[in-house]
Amino acid sequence: MHNKTIADLAKGLRSGEFSSVELTQAFLDRIKRHQYLNAYITVTDESALQAAKAADLRLASGDAELLTGIPIAQKDIFCTQGVKTTCGSKMLDNFIAPYNATVVDKLNHAGAVMLGKLNMDEFAMGSSNETSFYGPVRNPWNTDSVPGGSSGGSGAAVAARLAVCATGTDTGGSIRQPAALCGITGLKPTYGRVSRYGMIAYASSLDQGGPMTRSAEDAAIMLQAMAGFDEKDSTSVDCPVPDYRSGLNNSLEGLKIGLPKEFFGEGLNSDVAGVLEAAISEYRRLGAEIKEISMPNLKLAIPAYYVIAPAECSANLSRFDGVRFGYRCDSPVDLTDLYTRSRGEGFGKEVKRRILMGTYALSAGYYDAYYIKAQKVRRLISEDFKNALSEVDVIMGPVTPTTAFGIGEKIGNPIEMYLSDIYTIAINLAGVPAMSIPAGFTGGKPVGLQIIGNYFAEDRLLNIAHRYQQVTDWHLQIPNGFE
Amino acid sequence: MSLTVDDVKKIAHLARLGIDTRDIESYTVDLSGMLDLMTQMSNLDTRDVAPMAHPMDQVQRLRTDAVTEADNREQFQAIAPQTEAGLYLVPKVIE
Repeated sequence: MHNKTIADLAKGLRSGEFSSVELTQAFLDRIKRHQYLNAYITVTDESALQAAKAADLRLASGDAELLTGIPIAQKDIFCTQGVKTTCGSKMLDNFIAPYNATVVDKLNHAGAVMLGKLNMDEFAMGSSNETSFYGPVRNPWNTDSVPGGSSGGSGAAVAARLAVCATGTDTGGSIRQPAALCGITGLKPTYGRVSRYGMIAYASSLDQGGPMTRSAEDAAIMLQAMAGFDEKDSTSVDCPVPDYRSGLNNSLEGLKIGLPKEFFGEGLNSDVAGVLEAAISEYRRLGAEIKEISMPNLKLAIPAYYVIAPAECSANLSRFDGVRFGYRCDSPVDLTDLYTRSRGEGFGKEVKRRILMGTYALSAGYYDAYYIKAQKVRRLISEDFKNALSEVDVIMGPVTPTTAFGIGEKIGNPIEMYLSDIYTIAINLAGVPAMSIPAGFTGGKPVGLQIIGNYFAEDRLLNIAHRYQQVTDWHLQIPNGFE
Repeated sequence: MSLTVDDVKKIAHLARLGIDTRDIESYTVDLSGMLDLMTQMSNLDTRDVAPMAHPMDQVQRLRTDAVTEADNREQFQAIAPQTEAGLYLVPKVIE
């Protein structure tokens, strides 16, 4: 039953084929059996079984939703009341969240059963899950390879069937890149579509939570529960949430797909390019028209991002000072020593690197040259998307330049690691929604296809992804040893 | 553009971030590498471009000035490193 989709599991739960308690226990057993993947930081077995019991009662009463009784897992960036919420950091190793993130509340309200909290790069800063205080996560397709990051635990858990689906967050590619490297479906919604309340902040103008699932239909079901206006998040957008499942089967006849030539040039692995070409041919067969487009400022996305994101991170992470919660150093001699040592001992190397970069970019004398310049470049990148999306309905391209790389391969070279997000970062700067869906394999490792749409066009993206999944079976493949 | 070890010490002080002396050299190299990446932007003419701070160009939403939060002091202080009589304790600041 661990290979079934949400819709099939919902049917099984209603027909009495299995109960939520049985389903939950089956997943808890799998989590224990595959512990070496290191996908989970905390497993909440007791509360999961309690929630499953409550879900079974709710199912029996006939007052259930599609997610009622479905075992899911939360990225450890979402605050969960009474449950350790670490954000992958020593800084929060002792942090029991005093309230729930809105996303957690919404999924609980829908009756989803939380199995536990998933491993991630420290404070969501990383592209390989190797910056986690709790150690790297292994990719179920090749256990010597990284699962991607920062939502690496989410990618590995969903691919290995250690949860039916999971939450992720995406600041520069952190849902789409692990989804691509783990062969699952990931959706980064439009900025503001999903509440950020209780989602520990990295770069506030870029962060967005979204679903990581095995199919587009499951992503539609999960996003339905997660999306919507929240007065507790001042950047949440007050616009109605459509029914994401109703248009899944719409025809793709006449769909205009733009392929930016900047996405298919130097740097893209030729085997990955071959897989993407085959996927695009499949869309042509489904009735889509393909058009080459140009987005000249995309090449500046990485430099702009690595000013803006660290600048926002240096401000956001100033709250971790050893005073009110989180790690505090031993025997501080004065207040400055308390701040400096608590932060120095509590944060890992990549987090420190970004705090330093951001502090520098915001400091007197450099603010205009770096921060304002990057914000201007951000405007030009965002205009590239507006222009492109007035010519075509969606943009397609790679998610990553290569398939999953080896554990330890890039961690010593931060710049090389940053370049692995070259195709995903611009989307966050513009704020538009984008998906990664499984499009094939090379060398036994999955390849993702990226589909980028206009603001609030999540329904269209899900439709385009779903139609592809009706005629292909890449999303149904199971890694060896996890059948 | 490259930074010196002293630059990095100064930035670390501004961020109140303890850096092990043995690591300062490697942070200097890494940050200089990041700054090299940034120079790609300087070739682009952005004189008439308005900076973009936020994807939606939103304005701050306002609400009525009413109490919306309950008093959760005990709950919040339960996870603090050190408290006394409802206050957060830190080392003495003034002699």
